[in-house]
Amino acid sequence: MIWQILGTICYIILAPILGGLLQGIDRKLTARLQGRQGPPLLQPFYDLYKLFSKEVVVVNDVQNFLVGGFLLFVVFSGALFFFGGDLLLVFFSLTLAGIFFTMSSCSANSPYSSMGAQRELMQMMAYEPMVLLVAIGFYVATGTFNVKEIVLHNGMPAIVYLPGIFIGFLYILTIKFRKSPFDLSTSHHAHQEMVQGLTTELSGSVLGLVELSHWYENIFLLGVVGLFLYKASWWSAIAAIVVCAISYFLEIIIDNVFPRVKWQSMLKSAWMVTLVAGVVNLMIIAVI
Amino acid sequence: MKVSKSPWLMHYDGSSCNGCDIEVLACLTPVYDVERFGVMNTGNPKHADIFLITGGINAQNAPVVKQLYSQMPNPKVVVAVGVCACNGGIFKECYNILGGVDTVLPVDIYVPGCAARPEAIIDGVVRAVALLDEKKKALSQEQVSSKEA
Ligand code: SF4
Repeated sequence: MIWQILGTICYIILAPILGGLLQGIDRKLTARLQGRQGPPLLQPFYDLYKLFSKEVVVVNDVQNFLVGGFLLFVVFSGALFFFGGDLLLVFFSLTLAGIFFTMSSCSANSPYSSMGAQRELMQMMAYEPMVLLVAIGFYVATGTFNVKEIVLHNGMPAIVYLPGIFIGFLYILTIKFRKSPFDLSTSHHAHQEMVQGLTTELSGSVLGLVELSHWYENIFLLGVVGLFLYKASWWSAIAAIVVCAISYFLEIIIDNVFPRVKWQSMLKSAWMVTLVAGVVNLMIIAVI
Repeated sequence: MKVSKSPWLMHYDGSSCNGCDIEVLACLTPVYDVERFGVMNTGNPKHADIFLITGGINAQNAPVVKQLYSQMPNPKVVVAVGVCACNGGIFKECYNILGGVDTVLPVDIYVPGCAARPEAIIDGVVRAVALLDEKKKALSQEQVSSKEA
């Protein structure tokens, strides 16, 4: 119990720091891949500080409330995950967080942010099936949805049973991290065909909250990647961290290599991967 | 920490000949890489701190420029890049040109040149960034004094 509470507290305190550093490394590596020097490592923190000290142009109060809901439910999902709670509940509350965020940009009544919201819904449609399959995969492999019991379950790490589901999850992680080719609804690159999509109408500290939520979300998602390997022993913890680092590096490379695609190709390919890698994997372990 | 550590920049092309715009984009390339200073190019006035304008103001883009400026949250800085943006430049006598950017907006930094060289543009942006801090300070002092009053 102590460890569970400790995990939650560590997540709530450390996730923004780690998430910001991760983004700093991301921007540095991206710049290096493009042959540039890149911003300082702490740049994301400077950005966040700047956003919080700027004037806020409030479009409507509902929007601020919804952004608050987004942050709250992202933190809740992550905290529950690191507490060792129910994986299904974790994923459902993550979806709810996503819905809050989409609603916030719908509420702004601006064509660009509504377009962003529509695309975000499309993205959710693309990744949700795979997210559910991850939860089901863990259940079939270990007989429980409970994160703590998954970790304590004696047997091989889940990745041995669920290699297909792991690959499928990595695929949709590109969508969740908002990386090119799937950064349709909003992007950290200077794509401008619909201004900034989801975040067009947000400014100042409200935008800062969105940024913060993304850091929380990224760390939580890497936690799910780690769950495929973590088995409550020190060597598996190291393996989990190494695999997380490799997956994130892979995402950065994909981000830099591929141009953005249309939503049709995203939806098709994401569902194809879900079907081929995820469902087939599930069928095989169900039979065995 | 200072506001100036993370200046986000919005670039608007008035009635420029595109010479200055190419130089602005050159600043983002590996040779000059303004992201070293944390500068990010954004197309969204609500996220921008620096408003960088190339080319003069004509009857059609005057309301657009005003609109963009009014959508930017405080503190904000306007940088006019190239002689066209400074005072109308080579197009000054044209029937549709009102003049430089300062005919419609309070310009903070003038970057001369036709076309303005990337070094000059970066210099202008760095000066704009310093100004951003001053404006922030003035803004918070204003808030304090308005609270006291
Ligand atoms: S200053 Fe020269 S290069 Fe720049 S927009 Fe004007 S004419 Fe073109």
